[in-house]
Amino acid sequence: MTNGHQEIDHNIDIAPGDEHLEGGIRERVLGYVTGLGLAILLTATSFFVAGTDLVWQPSIPVALVVLAIAQMGVHLVFFLHITTGADSTNNVLALAFGILIVFLVVGGSLWIMANLNHNMMPMDQIMQMQR
Amino acid sequence: MTDVILAYAQSDPHHVRAVEHSGPASKRIVTAYGFWIFILSDMVMFSAFFAAYAVLLGQTAGGPSGGQLFDLSNVAIETGFLLASSFACGLATIAADARNKFWFQVAMAVTCLLGLAFLTIEGREFASLVARGAGPTRSAFLSAFFTLVGCHGLHVSAGILWLLTMMAQVFAKGFRADIQRRILCFALFWHALDIIWIAVFTVVYLLGSAV
Repeated sequence: MTNGHQEIDHNIDIAPGDEHLEGGIRERVLGYVTGLGLAILLTATSFFVAGTDLVWQPSIPVALVVLAIAQMGVHLVFFLHITTGADSTNNVLALAFGILIVFLVVGGSLWIMANLNHNMMPMDQIMQMQR
Repeated sequence: MTDVILAYAQSDPHHVRAVEHSGPASKRIVTAYGFWIFILSDMVMFSAFFAAYAVLLGQTAGGPSGGQLFDLSNVAIETGFLLASSFACGLATIAADARNKFWFQVAMAVTCLLGLAFLTIEGREFASLVARGAGPTRSAFLSAFFTLVGCHGLHVSAGILWLLTMMAQVFAKGFRADIQRRILCFALFWHALDIIWIAVFTVVYLLGSAV
């Protein structure tokens, strides 16, 4: 054991979901409490924003999406312990690939279908052509 | 030297601190990473259902729209139950790492009850929709709604069966290394379901009721 533990500590991989057991149980529980608090705050904001007329209405969908992504980040960090540390690189890369595919599927579908909708003849004209 | 490494590794079953040699990853890392890949592929599957829902949101075929059907205060309560259940699952993970059987079983039981409360509310919502003539056969919008939300509900149901299995296994076999790996995978699964629910309540209910 010539190397100090500290130096190699952050270079070995960590399982997704595991966290560094540096702190005691108290610190770990505190981490989950922090995550819960932030999640409640973001959820409450989402539901408030959706039902209020205090904010500019066209901004609401964007605000909801941003709040949702922020809450997903909170869950990933505080509950799943996916961090940007070197020991978690594999987990983050897999996640990044997953996010890419999710983005392509959802974004691509919306884009293509909106285009098709736009280019399609109105339904009553199609009905007339079928007669 | 090997003895030193082995003794060191056994004192640190999760390989959180480093061992001097960097051989193959520990079984805990390999198992959890494989399960992580499964969870991500599950999210890709959900993304297809989300895409279908978003595309079909306006296709109500003259039937009721999301804004007329959804009860947002109900959804907020549901969200609270699932979030609290995710938190309790985190406490169960800590108890499992501390090898405390009593608090593990308590936290898992709370997780289970909160999950069941979530499923009950969702089941009642589905039943009331069908009773009002807004079942999955009414319109493309409702088909997409029931597929997406129902798929999430099925995942939660499967998660509860898994949760009960883990409680029984810890009760019968204790915190063996293989049981610990299953607990880790279950925790990943349960937290991931909560992440998918964030997308569900945002896209399906909050954005869906604006239409």
